[in-house]
Amino acid sequence: MHIDQTEKKWIYITLVMTVVMMGVLTFYAVGSNIHPPSGFEPIDSTRLHLSEEFGEDNLGLKKNEDGSLTLTMVAARYGFYPSTVEVPVQTPIKIRIASADVLHGVHVPFTNFATMVVPGYISEVNTTFQKTGDFTLLCNEYCGLGHDHMWSRLKIVPKSSL
Amino acid sequence: MGYEMTNNDNVNGLSLANFWVGLIAITLGAVLGVYQVIERVGLFEWLDSPTLYFASVSTHGVLMGFVVTTFMIMGFGYYAATTSLKMPLPGKGLAWFGFYVSLTGTLLAAVPLLLGEASVMYTFYPPLVAHPAFYIGATLLVVGSWFWCFEMIWAMAIWKKAHPGEAVPLVHFGNTANAIMWIFTTLGVASEMLFQLIPWSLGLIETVDVGLARTLFSGTLHAIVYFWLFPAYIAMYTMVPKAIGSKLFSDEMGRIAFIMLLVISVPIGMHHLYLDPFQEAGWKFVHMFGTFLVALPTFLTGFTIIATLELAGRLHGGKGLFGWITALPWKEPLMTAVGCSMMMLTFGGFGGLVNAAYSLDTMVHNTQWITGHFHLIFAGTTIIMYFAIVYHMFPRLLGRTLYSNSLALKQLWLWFVGMLVLTLPWHYLGIIGQPRRISSAPYDSPLVEQWVPYDLGMVAGGIILLISVLMLVFNLYKTHSSEAANLVMEYAESIHPAPRVPALLNGFGFWSVVVIIYLITSYGYPIAQFFIYETFGATTWGV
Repeated sequence: MHIDQTEKKWIYITLVMTVVMMGVLTFYAVGSNIHPPSGFEPIDSTRLHLSEEFGEDNLGLKKNEDGSLTLTMVAARYGFYPSTVEVPVQTPIKIRIASADVLHGVHVPFTNFATMVVPGYISEVNTTFQKTGDFTLLCNEYCGLGHDHMWSRLKIVPKSSL
Repeated sequence: MGYEMTNNDNVNGLSLANFWVGLIAITLGAVLGVYQVIERVGLFEWLDSPTLYFASVSTHGVLMGFVVTTFMIMGFGYYAATTSLKMPLPGKGLAWFGFYVSLTGTLLAAVPLLLGEASVMYTFYPPLVAHPAFYIGATLLVVGSWFWCFEMIWAMAIWKKAHPGEAVPLVHFGNTANAIMWIFTTLGVASEMLFQLIPWSLGLIETVDVGLARTLFSGTLHAIVYFWLFPAYIAMYTMVPKAIGSKLFSDEMGRIAFIMLLVISVPIGMHHLYLDPFQEAGWKFVHMFGTFLVALPTFLTGFTIIATLELAGRLHGGKGLFGWITALPWKEPLMTAVGCSMMMLTFGGFGGLVNAAYSLDTMVHNTQWITGHFHLIFAGTTIIMYFAIVYHMFPRLLGRTLYSNSLALKQLWLWFVGMLVLTLPWHYLGIIGQPRRISSAPYDSPLVEQWVPYDLGMVAGGIILLISVLMLVFNLYKTHSSEAANLVMEYAESIHPAPRVPALLNGFGFWSVVVIIYLITSYGYPIAQFFIYETFGATTWGV
């Protein structure tokens, strides 16, 4: 079997490049705990309104007993509920979303908040918003003919005003 | 070679039939594409219709992703098999049968798609439900392609038996690698169809587990891209060097790249699920490693092909560090295509590394960046090589000269420019927040105003690409009645001919076992968890 000398060098270079890229990603995943939203938490989407966590009264931003913040939302054709949410800047927030019907996705441009919302499973994102302002929370997964109109507002406000 | 092909033995009709279905599909897809970019920008109010738009997007995706690719790959594989192995295709009737199964499936799926009864995207997206004919049609299209896989494997087995110890010609080695990979690739979507979507759409089962459906489909979703890319790489290794008066830099590196694509491109699909719940982060992390490994065969291919091109450039008198580039025979369609393809692969490859990155994907997931990425890699890098393949094969299949070589060159350059005009703004739009798959942007936010100038770019790109496709089809149609010529289909020789190669580089038995073990390791538990724990299926929803 014949491998050219130059080609051998190139193979080593590509191996090093690949290992370096994997290393950087591992460093941030393990070192800074940066992971995509994950976790296996089934929920019955057809009975979402009857569940305690995603019942209408429980939606929105809540302070937990330990002082941490949880934002609970429902995605359903064609909106996110509650439709306007206020959250404090530079505060860790746990966001939990479930779908009441079909597949949805959500992202807020210029923040790092994004997740898929899949019927039958709870999505959880842990993030800290860095800048104050009015942001748009929009559905980024095709969910039906009204998909374009599925969006809501996220207001990131100074810590003191909440 | 002692074997004389008779008219009855050749597969020219079979190849041409497959190619023409692909060419008609790409023309229809390009027309829909132009409609979509104009509708999406909102240039004409009377044109705005989500119903029509999403029916069109679904049809465009099915045509380009499933129909164009499958038929072009089959047409390429059959002609390459008989011309490289220099023997008739075993069981040609079976190959024709597969063609008709795929064609029937395509026509069956087309009816609900065009009637707006299947506006669920080519990724199916349960629990949105389409007419059962859509799922059955799409499944038949895939089932038809399995006949092609069988034909490729069968032909290789017969050839090896007749040539003990000899190296299987690289072109057929590649096509067989692709055929075996495609069988593994389609296991995911076939399971989703047969056990979930078809019985569910017929009302035989009431609910569908969306987490399971998405996990199964992810197993198909990445390697399908390599199914599409394979013929492009095969053409680069085996057709380009011959056409530009060069020799292949390394035959064995080609084999290694094909084997790597077969082994490592299937069990890594979970990077399509980075942002999905229902899978644990650890599994996504494992698939991320596998995803980065797939960059290796592409790096190898990049090196071998560029070294092959440099050799050609220097043989044509090119001097200096870059002088060989201008000395290359750019008047040869295969040369122009491979040049454009390599450039698009470089841009698109960088984007791909971002998507594959476990932590960076969040910033671009489901934005227009993704649409930009796969158009650049698939419609750009891959499809431009398909064009070069048909420009090279049609004259040989028909025994006639290409109607117009200069028209072909203009068409290829136009495709390259159109693809950049279309996709580079899309990448930027994704970064500034534009989601993919919207028919309008009714968000009450200053965000939308930033998008407008870049949106106009895609209209220009779409129109350029449609013009390019029409030039292609016109040229090939006219080739059917152009001047008769007796052209032979020949494949590249290697600088270091390898009449015999190690058995591991000459067969797929061992590698298939490796794929199966790798697949079970990476997908076993992520699929089993849906059966171990209680989950809740989703009910049926219309669009």
